[in-house]
Amino acid sequence: MSAEPLAAEAPQKTLLPRNDAYYRLKADMEDFLYAEADLLDERRFRDWLNLLADDITYFMPIRRNVKFGQHTERENTRQGAGISWFDEDKWTLTKRVDQILTGVHYAEEPLSRVTHMISNVQITRVTPDVNEPREVELRCRFLVYQNRIEYETYTFVGKRTDLIRKTADGWKIARREILLDQNVLLAKNLSTFF
Amino acid sequence: MAVKSRFDDVAKLVDTEQGFISREIFVDPDLYREELDKVFTRAWLFIGHESLIPNPGDFYTTRMGEESVILCRDKAGIVHAFLNSCRHRGMKVCRYEQGNTSIFTCPYHSWTYTTDGKLQGVPQYRSLYDGNLDRDANSLVSVAKLAIYKGTVWATWDRNAPEFLTYLGDAKIHLDQALDCRDGREGGSEVIGVHKWVFPSNWKFAAENFLGDTYHNPSHRSVDLIGIGPSAASGKKGRRDNELEHAQHVWISFPEGHGVHSAIQPENNEYVDSFLDQPVLEKYFRHCYEERKRRLGEQARLMPFVGTIFPNTSYHGRQPRGLCAWHPHSPTSTEGWRFFLVDADAPKEVKDYLRRYYMRYSGPAGMTEQDDMENWLYATSASVGTVARRYPFNYQQSLGAWTREHATLGGTVSVQVTEEIARGYYRRWKSYMGGGGWDELLGKDGVTQRAAE
Ligand code: FES
Ligand SMILES: [Fe+2]
Repeated sequence: MSAEPLAAEAPQKTLLPRNDAYYRLKADMEDFLYAEADLLDERRFRDWLNLLADDITYFMPIRRNVKFGQHTERENTRQGAGISWFDEDKWTLTKRVDQILTGVHYAEEPLSRVTHMISNVQITRVTPDVNEPREVELRCRFLVYQNRIEYETYTFVGKRTDLIRKTADGWKIARREILLDQNVLLAKNLSTFF
Repeated sequence: MAVKSRFDDVAKLVDTEQGFISREIFVDPDLYREELDKVFTRAWLFIGHESLIPNPGDFYTTRMGEESVILCRDKAGIVHAFLNSCRHRGMKVCRYEQGNTSIFTCPYHSWTYTTDGKLQGVPQYRSLYDGNLDRDANSLVSVAKLAIYKGTVWATWDRNAPEFLTYLGDAKIHLDQALDCRDGREGGSEVIGVHKWVFPSNWKFAAENFLGDTYHNPSHRSVDLIGIGPSAASGKKGRRDNELEHAQHVWISFPEGHGVHSAIQPENNEYVDSFLDQPVLEKYFRHCYEERKRRLGEQARLMPFVGTIFPNTSYHGRQPRGLCAWHPHSPTSTEGWRFFLVDADAPKEVKDYLRRYYMRYSGPAGMTEQDDMENWLYATSASVGTVARRYPFNYQQSLGAWTREHATLGGTVSVQVTEEIARGYYRRWKSYMGGGGWDELLGKDGVTQRAAE
C-alpha cells in the first residue's frame, strides 16, 4: 500500500503546469482509460486483469454522514483498516474474474450490460517528470451504468484516483481509489469493476 | 387502531402442518403494513453493539423496522434508544451516522434533547409556551425495553415483552458461539465495520436464508469452484475452511421462532487445519481452539454455523463472523446491515486478515453473498404476479424428521437438512400476526406446541 496521502481526500492545490508535454501525456492517459473501459464493457475480463500491476491496490471506501468539519477525518472508511466496499489486491480481483468466468456466478449469469463513462481527467502528479513519465497519478469522474436481466438498472457515479505506471509491457494500473457518491449502497450488488 | 390486512384469516396463509406457505406474505402491501405493526413493534430487535458507542455522549443511528432510532450512551454512561423524530414536528433529529455529542439539536425549530432523550431547550419557551410545556411528555420516544447482551444491543417497543434472555430462550447457547471469544472467553467481540445496502426483496427471504437453509448451497457453486476461503491460496477449494468436517450438523427450531444450524464435534474433537494461507493465523486459531476446549470441556464440542433470531437478526458464527439486521423498506425492498465481528483483543494480523476475508465473502461486494441477493430478488419479483400468488411455496422438506430428545441443545432438532426451522419460524410469525399473547409468542401455550407435533 502506498504511503501517499489519498489524493481524493486532499486534492492537490498546485496544478501541474499546463504545457504541451502535459496535454500529450493527458491524451495518452485518456486513451489508456478508454481502452480499459472497453475491455470491461466488452467483458474481456482476463485482458483487463493484464492491465493491473501485480502490486495493485483497489479500494472503495464506505462514505459516511459526518458533521461539518469532520470530513477529512471521518467521512470515508480507511484503506488498510476496518471494512470498506473493496480493499483488494490482484489475488482477489483475479478471483472475481475467475468467478464470473465459471458461468455459474448467478449474480452475473446472465452477464450484466455495463457501460463505463470516464470524464474530467486531470493529471495530478508525475514522477519523475512530465517529459519522462514513469508513474502518473490522475483524477477522473466515472459513471458506470449497469443493466441486468430485464428491469434491473443501477447507476454508480463518483470520483476516481488512479496511479498508472509505465512498464516494459505498457501502462499498468498500480493503484485505484474509487469514491462512490452513496452512503447506503443503492444497489443489491457490486458485481462489476470500477 | 390496529393495522388490518384485506385477508380475513392470515393464519390460513401459513400451513406449517402440510408445508405450504402463501406467497402473499412475501409480496402483499397490506400484510406488510400489518407485519410492521404486529411483529416489529413487539419482537426484540438487534440495534447495535456497545463497541460502536464506547464513551459517554457516543451515538449510533440505527433502525427498528422502517424507523430511524438513535442509540446513545448518555453522560452517565447509560445506554438508551429513541425514535429519531422530533416531538414537535417530526424532523429527523440526528442525520449523522455516528459520533459524540452533548446535545441533539433539532434542525427545524431548534428544540434540543439531552443524551438521555429528555427535551431540554425550547426556543422562546417563556413567551410562546407561557413557560409550561411539559418537557417529560415531549421527550424523544424511548424504546420500551433495552438489553445489552455480550456487547450486542437489543430493544423492543412492547412494554409487556419478556426479558431479552427469556425471549432468546435455548437459542442462547448458539448465539453465544458467535458472540464469545474464539478461545471460549465470554463476550469480548467488537464491530470493525458495517455494510448497509438496499436490495429489492422481501426481508423474510434474508431472515429465512440464515435460519439454516443449507439446501441453497448449490447456488454458491461458483465461489466454491474457485475457492476464496482462508486456505484458498494453499489450494483448498470452497468459500471457507471445513472446520466442521468431522462434526454432526444439527438444525434446530426453537419455540420462540428462532432457528440455527450448528454442529457437534466428536468427543475427541481435534482442530481441523484452517487458515493455511497465513502461518500467524493458523497458529493463532489452533491456539484458540485448544484453549476453548480446555476452558469449556464438553461444551466446546458445540460449534456455530448460522442462525436467525426471530424476526430479522441473523448471524454467521465463524467464517465469516458477524450479525445482520434485515430492515424492511417495503414488501419488496429490504435494507441489509451487516456488523462484522472480531475478538477485540485479537492480534493485529488476525484482524487484518479477517476483515479482508469478510469483505470478499459478505455483502453486496462479497463473492458469496452476491448470489444470495440474486436469488432473493428474483424469488420476490417472480412471486408478485396474480397467478403466481395462487400457488404457495413448498415447505415440505424433511417433514416430521426431528426429535426433542436432545437435552443440551433445546428446541426441535433435525440431523438432516430441513425446512422444519422455516416451518417453526412461520408458525411463530403467524402467532404475532394473530396478535397472540406472550405465552403464545414464546411457544409456551399448549395450542401452538401441539400444532408442531
Ligand atoms: S420539528 Fe424539531 S423543533 Fe420543530
Ligand atoms: Fe447463501
